Amino acid sequence: MKKDEVPQDKSNLESASFKELCYAVDENGEYTTVNSSGWDPKTIALNKAIEDINQRVDEAKQRVLSNQTSPIEYYMEFHKMDLPILASYVGFWKWRVKRHFKPQVFHKLSNNILQKYADTFEISIEQLKNIDLHHGN
Amino acid sequence: MEINFTHHQSAHCENGVISNLMKHHGFQVSEPMAFGIGSGLLFCHIPFLMVNHAPAFTYRALPGIIFKRFAKRVGIKIKREKFKSPAKAKAVLDKNLENNNPVGLQVGVYNLVYFPDEYRFHFNAHNLVVYGKENDTYLISDPVMEEVTTLTDKQLEKVRFAKGAFAPKGHIYYPVDFPKELDLEKAIVKGIKHTCKDMLAPVPVLGVKGIRYTAKLIRKWPKKKGVKKANHYLGQIVRMQEEIGTGGGGFRYIFAAFLQESSKILKKPELSELSKEMTLIGDSWRDFAVDASRIYKNRSAKDDAYNHVATQLEAIADKEEIFFKKLRKAIK
Repeated sequence: MKKDEVPQDKSNLESASFKELCYAVDENGEYTTVNSSGWDPKTIALNKAIEDINQRVDEAKQRVLSNQTSPIEYYMEFHKMDLPILASYVGFWKWRVKRHFKPQVFHKLSNNILQKYADTFEISIEQLKNIDLHHGN
Repeated sequence: MEINFTHHQSAHCENGVISNLMKHHGFQVSEPMAFGIGSGLLFCHIPFLMVNHAPAFTYRALPGIIFKRFAKRVGIKIKREKFKSPAKAKAVLDKNLENNNPVGLQVGVYNLVYFPDEYRFHFNAHNLVVYGKENDTYLISDPVMEEVTTLTDKQLEKVRFAKGAFAPKGHIYYPVDFPKELDLEKAIVKGIKHTCKDMLAPVPVLGVKGIRYTAKLIRKWPKKKGVKKANHYLGQIVRMQEEIGTGGGGFRYIFAAFLQESSKILKKPELSELSKEMTLIGDSWRDFAVDASRIYKNRSAKDDAYNHVATQLEAIADKEEIFFKKLRKAIK
């Protein structure tokens, strides 16, 4: 990649007002560094990933509202987590977390366990029990 | 308390931390040098691991390994510690800062508040330097950022104790012992040899074979996983290739810069020629990313398009195989 080929596309880096560093060759074939404001193929990939996550959050929300799953799954998706990550944050086995996705199990959970989830998601137990109180979205 | 530390922006976090810490201690080590000596270049399809609901790929050695190899090869010693207790981790950090010692930390990206939201995934292999503390605020030199920044002690604790794959566990590291002069020549040769070995390894998921294996998977994805998942997976390959800190082209440009610098130090003009070749390979990786992005941009891609990018990858694998065989010969 030549110095003047370093992409300067519009990207999400703008929101944090920084440019990333790239390596490219100058007119004499020597390597140098150039700042780049972003690159479309990468921005599209990132935006797609975010879109997918938002879709997962929406689907989880619908399933919570129709009582197919517990709010834990919704908050998990909201925080871009998956089962192994959530399990390691709360310190339970994966199968246990998965069990807590069942609404009937969730309703019987002790405050102790609920608190662990609430701490992980940085919300109150009330918010954990009722996703309408979640202001993150 | 602020340590007199000079922040230099780098493409990749771990090389940047190495390079910045070495410069702080009076050794001029560039980022590509750190990357090359530490044999950072790689391709690996990490089996059994799913990241963001997609298979995991990496274009570089796993966290910590680059610095470890670098240290061993140039003859410096690093002290490393991991912790169970956040309080202990904080105490050790504070103690080092009091002793005027800037330290490297491994952190998770998800709660790194100064990163753009879109980049904040549960990715735990980021590295930064802490070079001071004012009240409850730590002074942070994050190598991929243009300027220095800060984190409160709460924010720092969170990223140091992020959970999930490669959890940092408060991982702190810093060089403690230096030789009088760095023996770069020997270190470079070792670094290059190791990279050649990795890239030509007879392991199906690693190096050139790993690239071919990935190409094979791409051909299967649309039928086996459906278009939506196939696109998501393809996006993951590009995101890892072009994540912040790759310097573009899946680290290939940084490696080319390393070869160019090495050719001068070792007085081997062949390496300079090989550097040019690596630059072209980096360009091929970029072309691959452009074509892959066309696929995941419009949802209704044809099977043919997947075969096309898979063929591109196979061509890259062929080029890299020839390249690393030549490189292996050149440093014999």
